[in-house]
Amino acid sequence: MSLKFVEGFKFTRIDSPIHKLDPRAKFILTLGFFAASLMFTNVYALLIIFVAQIPGVLLAKTVSRWLRSMRGGLFLGVFIFAMNAIFGTSLVSSLAFTLRFFAIMSSFSFFFMTTSADDLGLALEQVHVPYSISFTFTTAVRLVPTMAIDAQTVVDAQRSRGLELDKGNFIKRIKNYIPILIPLIISAIRRSVELAEALESRAFGATEERTSIVTLTMRLPDYLVVLATIIGLALAVYVYFRVPLPTLVIPVQIPRIF
Amino acid sequence: MISVENVSFNYPGGPEVLHKLNLRINDGEFVAIMGENGAGKTTLVKMFNGLLRPAQGRVAVDNIDTREKSVAQLSRNVGLIFQNPDHQLFAETVGEELAFSLRNFGFKEEVIQRRVTNLLTALDLDRYATSSPFVLSGGERKRVALAAILVWDPKHIIMDEPTIGQDYLQKDRLRNFIMQLGSQGKTVIIVTHDVEFVAECKPRVVLLSRGRVIGDGSAVEILTNSQLLDQASLVMPQIAMLMNELKDLAIPPAIIDAYSAREFLKNKLRQLIAVRPPKER
Repeated sequence: MSLKFVEGFKFTRIDSPIHKLDPRAKFILTLGFFAASLMFTNVYALLIIFVAQIPGVLLAKTVSRWLRSMRGGLFLGVFIFAMNAIFGTSLVSSLAFTLRFFAIMSSFSFFFMTTSADDLGLALEQVHVPYSISFTFTTAVRLVPTMAIDAQTVVDAQRSRGLELDKGNFIKRIKNYIPILIPLIISAIRRSVELAEALESRAFGATEERTSIVTLTMRLPDYLVVLATIIGLALAVYVYFRVPLPTLVIPVQIPRIF
Repeated sequence: MISVENVSFNYPGGPEVLHKLNLRINDGEFVAIMGENGAGKTTLVKMFNGLLRPAQGRVAVDNIDTREKSVAQLSRNVGLIFQNPDHQLFAETVGEELAFSLRNFGFKEEVIQRRVTNLLTALDLDRYATSSPFVLSGGERKRVALAAILVWDPKHIIMDEPTIGQDYLQKDRLRNFIMQLGSQGKTVIIVTHDVEFVAECKPRVVLLSRGRVIGDGSAVEILTNSQLLDQASLVMPQIAMLMNELKDLAIPPAIIDAYSAREFLKNKLRQLIAVRPPKER
């Protein structure tokens, strides 16, 4: 098992128009895609939402890492499809839920790949989110790559003890992840306790009023992105209520078990 | 036997970590792999149980190419103990932690019980058999992680930084334990920066720098060669430094550990006292 897909959520400094955008504008764009993905259950609409994100990924010059994150999401995607196919209503809705998962995953991958934790923290502070909360959030984002390295080490350690993650039936495969998840959660808790102690030792929260040397300013491209998001979302709402969309038909019936 | 033939390796998108590396470790040998941070030590040992496969060249364990077997198959003969025990402990009890590895390898339940009990006793962990591994101290957790590998009796045992976070007494116990493993015919490979520990154990030392073997010889040969140690960002053991400075007194250069130095200096002092005229004593 490889955890390289986390690369698809890691910020890298690249000279691109997307990286230069204000983080608030990018966050609004991400939320727009997120909201639109939740709105529709139609396969064609979800496919359009997914494909609409690709130009942004191309402009941000992060195609290979975006593809890696999509590839990494395949296991969960297959899981969502299988679960919905077994317990849900039809293959079409299973496909729609899987597409929705990829559309949402893609939008957040795009946001985190192009927004540094510092910019994110600044953006949160400037919209008056309390510093303790914005710090917690940005620290969590910063720790994702570290956690991914930890996870890979745990996987290696357990494979060295004869654990075969891809062996056995579906339930056994899920159970195989218990020896991975427990050490990972425990090391995350240990790390957070150590981090809290280190922060308190360095007088975190001693001053109520914080100032920042850098202030974010929205420029024309940022306003254009926000405007495009609003128009896109309004269009989505209009289509949702007024435009009858073609429905996909899969002429295969799954026998109902439950 | 573990043989590494002309092996090169790089992580995806990264620089070359190992460069045309050749190494042969015979059965029953005790080897310390040393070198600066990023020299490729851990990368190299991860190839021995197939966690990593060479981009070029060949790694063979007991004449089996590691590319032909799964990690689980190779691990049956190659036990790799990771640096941080918290990366592997997960079970509710110490006993279950040991049984997990055996179940993975398909041992029968009665064999599992016997092996777990024997190993917990051997490593002085039997009183913790039903305790959670998470309530133990750092040193004890490290011992549980060691037991969780030794329990299936692998032929080759690799320890990544075994002395980190260990006090002097625990290091001494570890040294004795490694010697015991050696006397059982096991191949023991340690990856370490701890020159003092290596000087006490005196294994064969393989020195790596920037993915290449820059030195391979006895602990005395390598740990007294300041030029080689410099290249690998290591320093001579304290005793070796002292003996080097006292070389005018005809002190043999082979003394690198505290025990030999103590014995030598004790005898030397006794000789000096013995040759003095009686009235000066």
